[in-house]
Amino acid sequence: MPRLLDTQNDFAAAVRDPESALPPGLLGRAREVPSLRFGVYRNNVGSSLVDAVAANYPTVQRLVGTQFFRAMVQVYVGNALPETPVLIHYGATFPEFVAAFEPAQRLPYLADVARIDWAWHQAYHAAEAQPLAPEQFATIPADELAKRRMLLHPSVDALSSPWPALSIWHTNRHDETVKPIDLRSGGEDTLVCRPAHEVGVWHLPAGGADFLHALAGQTTLSEATRHTAERTPDFDLTRTLQALLASGAFTGIR
Amino acid sequence: MLGYTGACAANARTRPDSPIPASAGVGLKPAHYQHILEHRPAIGWFEVHPENYMGAGGPPHRYLEAIRERYPLSLHGVGLSIGGAHPLDREHLGRLAALVRRYQPALFSEHLAWSTHTRGFMNDLLPLPYNDETLAHVAGHIGEVQDALGRRMLVENPATYLRFEDSSIAETRFLEELATRTGCGLLLDVNNVHVSGTNHGFDPAAYLDRFPMRFVEEIHVAGHVRREDDLGKPLLIDSHDAPVADPVWALLEQALQDTGPIPVLVEWDSSIPAWDGLMREASRAQQILHARTTQEHRHHAATA
Repeated sequence: MPRLLDTQNDFAAAVRDPESALPPGLLGRAREVPSLRFGVYRNNVGSSLVDAVAANYPTVQRLVGTQFFRAMVQVYVGNALPETPVLIHYGATFPEFVAAFEPAQRLPYLADVARIDWAWHQAYHAAEAQPLAPEQFATIPADELAKRRMLLHPSVDALSSPWPALSIWHTNRHDETVKPIDLRSGGEDTLVCRPAHEVGVWHLPAGGADFLHALAGQTTLSEATRHTAERTPDFDLTRTLQALLASGAFTGIR
Repeated sequence: MLGYTGACAANARTRPDSPIPASAGVGLKPAHYQHILEHRPAIGWFEVHPENYMGAGGPPHRYLEAIRERYPLSLHGVGLSIGGAHPLDREHLGRLAALVRRYQPALFSEHLAWSTHTRGFMNDLLPLPYNDETLAHVAGHIGEVQDALGRRMLVENPATYLRFEDSSIAETRFLEELATRTGCGLLLDVNNVHVSGTNHGFDPAAYLDRFPMRFVEEIHVAGHVRREDDLGKPLLIDSHDAPVADPVWALLEQALQDTGPIPVLVEWDSSIPAWDGLMREASRAQQILHARTTQEHRHHAATA
């Protein structure tokens, strides 16, 4: 399709660059240069993609305000088009973009809040699976348990932040009036999971995110515990396991 | 093999036994999921964008399954880019085929437009020139889609803001050729006819007179907004964010005169009203359909 391909190459390039001249061969009503008409396509593409990212990052939007948020997303959208028409997958790299976005540097926790939004969104669309009942876990003797590996729920994710990212996320996501969060209150680990219909977001004890990531890498419970304790000396295994079991983060034990 | 030769395409003049009734339907929106399941409103059918249901699981599928059990469903794609110069995205086609198997929609439709390019997906229905080259190309894509899905598809006339020097075939003729060559059906969007007619200065009623109505199996109505073009003349935008305008209702009446009673969908995709607001639009479409059906019955009675 050489001719159609050329036409669409020119059209796409001009849609993506609002400063560029219009592609040749376009007609408006008469002989005019149809800039405003072409602008409809530029605007449709730009604003619909910003809307698509905004749908996946509602907490970030509330935190920074619509105007700043949309300006920031516009830069992101300008850099990277969606790879597929499935827009629920669009914006996976937005947290990394936020982390490097110069005008957002005065909010160093913003990228982690974005990561929680993305984990929430991923959990919402994840495959269904029946969580492991805590009683099932309790039937296995402790020395036996150490050698076992856990199967994680498809919706589960965990992340660790040097900031109270979950407290910030929570108040911006759920509270009618956003509560002030003391940034000196320290880092937080967050667990996100959708065991049934509703996505749940929980605090994990320090090291909890590391522990879950180790388990996701198919290590045994004892290996994962050792790995986590090396980085978090006061890692509380019992409380972490309780939190993971209660949230439905596991589907089985091998 | 270009034409889809499955049972549905045996004769384009005979409408397949569509489980979508010849009644008004609406686009299904997450904001209305709860209301629909709790109140089971008297609406004929629902239509969804399949791309919104291509996640692995979660509430969208849970709701769609529950609603599908109670209402007929149509899938209206926005991501296939059948007018694109590039080959079709086989992975996307695979996802679509899986969704069709899962939900067994009564109809599947897409747009005469393109949206995917080398750089990625642009999330808009972009226009293409109508000539012999693009006709053969789009027909090839339609054939591929119908083969992959194992069923006939409908192709929708677009709302456009520009035309191409390179176009040598009228849009109505282009669509007719596509249907003839591939065995596909057509989805007639009368709001798009009004929008394009205003934007390009043609008479929408005359466009409908030329439209190959024998292939039409579904009609869309929707809202638009009014802007101005580079000459200060009206430029309508197919925004789907407002009630259906009066001239568009008139075009629906005109189209139904030719097609007879067929499924009519109210599209409303942003600034979505509460359920009752959407239902008011659907009721108006239903009244117009009803008037057409009554007229047909009277005609049959008189000629019996």
